[in-house]
Amino acid sequence: MVPTNYYVILSAVLFGLGVFAFVFKRNIITIFMSIELMLNAVNLAFVAFSRALGKLDGQVFVLFVIVVAAAEAAVGLGIIILIARNRQSLNVERVDLLKL
Amino acid sequence: MTAPLAVFFVLAALAVIGAVNLILQKHPIHSALSLIVVMVALAGLYLLMGAEFVAAVQIIVYGGAIMVLFVLVIMLLNAGIEEHTSISKLAGVPGLLLVAALAGFIAATIARSTDVVQAAQQTGDMSSTKGISNMLFRDFVYPFELTSFLILVAIMGAVVLAQREKS
Repeated sequence: MVPTNYYVILSAVLFGLGVFAFVFKRNIITIFMSIELMLNAVNLAFVAFSRALGKLDGQVFVLFVIVVAAAEAAVGLGIIILIARNRQSLNVERVDLLKL
Repeated sequence: MTAPLAVFFVLAALAVIGAVNLILQKHPIHSALSLIVVMVALAGLYLLMGAEFVAAVQIIVYGGAIMVLFVLVIMLLNAGIEEHTSISKLAGVPGLLLVAALAGFIAATIARSTDVVQAAQQTGDMSSTKGISNMLFRDFVYPFELTSFLILVAIMGAVVLAQREKS
């Protein structure tokens, strides 16, 4: 049986990589993918604690997170298509309409 | 080393390599493919934890539906190699600092709470699919219905956002 600690540490590592990708990447689609990576890391922690506590609440919560992620992906990619159509670029630095 | 531990390390290494590759790759389609590797590795980890329903949903919804949507949009928009300006290279420095602070915070939290988690281990059986369906359609039936409404709104929003302007 793998200790719960290992899963939580792996989850933290994946979340950290997701945060770094979110800050570092410049392509808006890749930034969006790093959000999905962070959600996946949180899901892993949920399932690990669900197993450790012997309750299924965590797994049910993961299903809700996946549903919300699917909805978020649909709306987010719609927004990305709109941005790409209006700005002719996927670079987030070109999306600077609010900049003074 | 026991067999589950060996499987865990293989899958964990696969997930971390995929996540690092997501950052290193310049082209979004390569990043998307390495994200699929992460998701499949995580599905394997869910199986290892005895959460077979979550593993199946992970493969079908994340690895299937969401990533297909991503790849489709990358192809639709003909996304090219990402360009880094001098300012965006500087963004890596606060990024690293942020990740270091976050990692320190998470490590401190884990170090403080390990004994609690380990004490509660080895309890309950995890015949997960039956238990999950019982909880989902009994205790969480109103949130479950709300998610169907959320999906409906999201679909309509995506259609409205992505449709071509009539002019």
